[in-house]
Amino acid sequence: MDFTQFDLQPVWLTLRLATITTVLLLCLATPLAWWLANTRWRYRQVVNALVALPLVLPPTVLGFYLLLLLGPRGWVGQMTESLGIGLLPFTFSGLVIASVIYSLPFAVQPIQNAFVAIGRRPLEVAATLRASPWDRFVSVALPLAKPGLITGAVLGFAHTLGEFGVVLMIGGNIPGQTQVLSVAIFDHVEAYEYAAAHVLAASMLGFSFIVLLTLYWRTSPRPLERL
Amino acid sequence: MDDNLPADQRISARFKLKRKDFALDASFTAPGKGVTALFGPSGSGKTTLLRCIAGLENPDRAHFAINGQCWHDDNKNLAVHRRPIAYVFQEPSLFPHLNVRENMAYGWRRIPKQQRKLGFDDVTAWLGLEAFLERKTEELSGGQRQRVAIARALLTSPELLLMDEPLASLDASGKAEILPYLESLWQELDIPVLYVSHSPEEVQQLADHLILLDQGRVVAAGELNTLLTDPLLAIAHFEDAAAVLEARVVGHDKEFHLTSLAFDGAQVSVSYNGLPIGHKARLRICARDVSLALVQPLQISISNSFTVRVLSIDPDRDPSQVLVRCEIGGQHLLARITRRSVHLLNIEVGKHLYAQVKSVALMK
Repeated sequence: MDFTQFDLQPVWLTLRLATITTVLLLCLATPLAWWLANTRWRYRQVVNALVALPLVLPPTVLGFYLLLLLGPRGWVGQMTESLGIGLLPFTFSGLVIASVIYSLPFAVQPIQNAFVAIGRRPLEVAATLRASPWDRFVSVALPLAKPGLITGAVLGFAHTLGEFGVVLMIGGNIPGQTQVLSVAIFDHVEAYEYAAAHVLAASMLGFSFIVLLTLYWRTSPRPLERL
Repeated sequence: MDDNLPADQRISARFKLKRKDFALDASFTAPGKGVTALFGPSGSGKTTLLRCIAGLENPDRAHFAINGQCWHDDNKNLAVHRRPIAYVFQEPSLFPHLNVRENMAYGWRRIPKQQRKLGFDDVTAWLGLEAFLERKTEELSGGQRQRVAIARALLTSPELLLMDEPLASLDASGKAEILPYLESLWQELDIPVLYVSHSPEEVQQLADHLILLDQGRVVAAGELNTLLTDPLLAIAHFEDAAAVLEARVVGHDKEFHLTSLAFDGAQVSVSYNGLPIGHKARLRICARDVSLALVQPLQISISNSFTVRVLSIDPDRDPSQVLVRCEIGGQHLLARITRRSVHLLNIEVGKHLYAQVKSVALMK
């Protein structure tokens, strides 16, 4: 087995991608989940279905359309080019955008369920105790939805670690820029470098398991917590 | 009947709201102090009306003003968190992520210091919560939780206290635990209270003023004694229909273990209670415990008797019985007697009679 510089690079890249994606996911999914949990808009199910799409679509379909959208002929691509950012496919930023979209339902759904489970009462009580809408969200809704927020973050993180299809479509295989763990493992296997593949695959297995175990351990001290 | 109260001393409310299977169209005025009970059967719209007043509902039409301040009309709708109210819900609804102290401090911390009329420690002591402050809410009994909820609401130093059947979720011992707090609360605090209830006993014990609701409408509104004894209202025909009279402690009889109370020239005795002379008390007299006589009854075990004047005679639910409303001073009393007695004694409106009361309950 050879622990070379080359092999650690995808590990750091993957962790960086998963962390950034998780942070962005929480920033995006929390307000979206809050809105979906509270809106009475008649077309809210359309938004629900759109958010859930990545759950059922093959990653290649999502990757394909993202590639077209972010590419030189897509309107997002044309916009980023005119803004001087350049084209996003085959860059780390493009990877982050794809990961956020791909993992969105894994974050939104647990958070949305947590918000729905709170019900109206605690927020009404807070309102009669002089809390403004934003204050109620921060001081009541977020703490009560904490288990859902943690589950959403863990699932989003874990799902990004395991990404393959979307990454391949939108990021390609550029070492140090877009070559994440799953792609590196694929490369090794293609080249019959089973030992190198083992090192990466086994550490990813162990790492993912430990992260999940730690987080679940910490967040579920009591089953069936009463509200 | 309270429209003659000046606008800065009254609560006036008018709400219209339409739901799939329910419509509220209620308007009332009530004095801007004391306890006003919103009373009616379940589904009559009491809670919805209270929620409208708090700003928790979106009525189609609304007007609400209290003691000269308008909170809600066509041009204005004060947000819930800007209304100087305290709301006690049927269930304690404590925040599960906060302990007792943090729950109580939630509203208290959110009002400016100079508006805090009630001290944190005073309210804690008053509701007997000193020992529980650092506890988790799930460790408390139902009655203790409701006490925390009441303390939490009061600590916002409200200008109007709204209570939605705060005793309904409690068992008998929990009710007995909370009731004394409620009574002393309203005596100590000089803020108006709107109290939703479907229990006649609670109303008789706690309310000064009554608003009767049925099917989303206000059936009657007025002073407690007047409404409880109004034969046109259903509450006067309840099995345990009763009049509530204001009286004053005038003396004690240690030998026979009795306390005498006087009201409007009449005097009654109840079991000795040690209340100070001059103490204002509330008496509850059930319609079925009152009998009427043409002459002063003598040589009889019932010692509580006084003269009354007949105001009205109305049929009761049971066709053999009638409800006689009598007047003593300014207060009214109900007597449930048989139709035959009315006939035999020739009881008529305006006649002076002797009322004998078999049992008097001292409410507070």
